[in-house]
Amino acid sequence: MAGPRNISVSEASRPVLPRHARLKYDETRQVWVILAPERVLAPDEIAVEVLQLCNGERNVGDIADQLAAKYAAPREAILADVIVMLQDLADKGFLTEAREKTS
Amino acid sequence: MSDVLGNPAIPPDASDSLAVLEKQRSTAETFGIPLAVLLEITHRCPLQCPYCSNPVELDRSGKELTTGEWKKVLSELAEIGVLQVHFSGGEPTARKDLVELVKHASDVGLYTNLITSAVLLTRERLSELADAGLCHVQISFQGVEEGLADRVAGYKNGHRKKLEVAKWTRELDLPLTVNAVMHRQNLHQLPDIVQMSVNLDADRLEVANVQYYGWALKNRAALMPTVAQLDECTRIVEEARERLKGRLTIDYVVPDYYALRPKKCMGGWGRQFFNISPAGKVLPCHAAESITGLDFESVRSNHSIAWIWQNSEAFNRYRGTGWMKEPCKSCEFREIDFGGCRCQAFALTGDAANTDPACALSPLHETIFKQAEREAEGETNRFLYRNFAGGTLESENGA
Repeated sequence: MAGPRNISVSEASRPVLPRHARLKYDETRQVWVILAPERVLAPDEIAVEVLQLCNGERNVGDIADQLAAKYAAPREAILADVIVMLQDLADKGFLTEAREKTS
Repeated sequence: MSDVLGNPAIPPDASDSLAVLEKQRSTAETFGIPLAVLLEITHRCPLQCPYCSNPVELDRSGKELTTGEWKKVLSELAEIGVLQVHFSGGEPTARKDLVELVKHASDVGLYTNLITSAVLLTRERLSELADAGLCHVQISFQGVEEGLADRVAGYKNGHRKKLEVAKWTRELDLPLTVNAVMHRQNLHQLPDIVQMSVNLDADRLEVANVQYYGWALKNRAALMPTVAQLDECTRIVEEARERLKGRLTIDYVVPDYYALRPKKCMGGWGRQFFNISPAGKVLPCHAAESITGLDFESVRSNHSIAWIWQNSEAFNRYRGTGWMKEPCKSCEFREIDFGGCRCQAFALTGDAANTDPACALSPLHETIFKQAEREAEGETNRFLYRNFAGGTLESENGA
C-alpha cells in the first residue's frame, strides 16, 4: 500500500494533481477544466494559474514567490490564500503531494 | 466549492473557485452537449448480477457496433465537446478491440474510464490498456468475501480475481474506484467494504444502492433493504467520509424508495447525459429502452450525434417541463427534480409522463412503497440471475 495520501498543505509541500485528475483546456466551452472520474470541475482563473505551477517539483513557497512577483502583491497574503485553496482541493481528493523519489 | 457532477442538491456558490461546470451550463437551458458519455460497448458479461442496470432485453453480439463504428463515434464525441467517456457494458473487456478503442479515445483527447467486473482481465491486458492511455479503472465488487460476493454475481472465484486485478491496477499506477452495489443481502458488509477499499489503495469508493428498474425490479423482493438498514448505511458513509477525508473519496447513491422527494434522475431527461447502447442507440438513460413507444435514433442513422441529442423526438419528449401532468405540472419543485425518473414512472405506473412514485405527491407513493417495505421485511432471498435467456432463478440451496 502506498500509505496515507491525505496531505496537510504547508509552505514546504510540493503539490501535484493526482493521476486521476487532468487539467485541460476545453476548446468547445472555452474554459479550463479538471477531469476526474465522474467529475468535471471548472477552476477559476486564479486556481488555474496556481494549478499550472503545481508540478510536484515546486513547493508552495516557490509558487507564492512567483505569484507575488508577477502581481507585485504581498507574499504572505498570497501564500495564505494559496494554502487555503490547495488544502480544499487536497481534502476533496484533487491534489496530492509528490512522493519522495526512491532511486 | 466543487462537488459531484450531476448532484443537484448543492446550490452553486459564487465565491467558489472550483464550480461544477455542468451546473453553470444547465442554468443556461442550452442543453449543450454533455461532458461525459457512457458507452455500453457490449451487453455480454460473464457475471449474472440480479440488479444489472442493462435492459431485460439485451443486445446480442451480432448487433454490436464494429470497431470502426465505435472509433467513428469516439472521434465525433470529442469533436462536439464531450470530455470523458466511460467504457462500460455488459463487460467491456469482453470486446477483443477494447485496447484499440481506448487508444483511439486517448488519441482524440478524451478522458477514459473503464467500468469493469475485472474477471476477464489479465495483467498483460491491463498493462496494454494503461499504455493505450486509460485514465481510470472502476471495479465492481458484490461483497467483501467470496461466499456472498460470488453468489450475488453468479460467478465462481470472481471475488478473488477482482482483488487480484485491483492490486495490478495500483501496481500499474492507475487510479482505482471500488464500486459496491448495495442491497439488503450485503449492506451488513459495508464497514468491511470501506476497509477493503482502503486496503486496495483505492482513490474512490462508490456506495451505490440498487436502483429498482429492469433486472433489479424483478429482484426487488430479494434486494430491497429495510429503512433501518438504510439509516445505518448513511451513518457508516458519513462517518467514513469524515475519517478518510483526503484519502478515500466516497460517493453515495441512496435508493429513492424511502425518500419523500424523487431524485433528479440523470440530471433531468436530455439535460446533461446520454449513453450509447451496444447496437448504437443514443439513449437519455441506460434504462430508457424499457419505456415502450419511444423510438431511439442510432449512430448508424444518417443523423449526427449532436443532431440526435438536440432534435430527436425521444430526447425532446420529456425534456423541460412542458410534458408534465399534475401533480408535477404546478409543483414548485418541477425544475428541481423534473418529476423524478421517467423509467421508474413507466415501470410502476405504465406511463412515463406520470409523477415518479418515489415522490410523496404521487397518488401511488403510499401503495408502492408500503409494498416495498413489506418485501424488505420478507424472507425471499432467491435471485433471478441476469442472462440473455430472460433470467434464471437461483436454486433453493444457492447458486
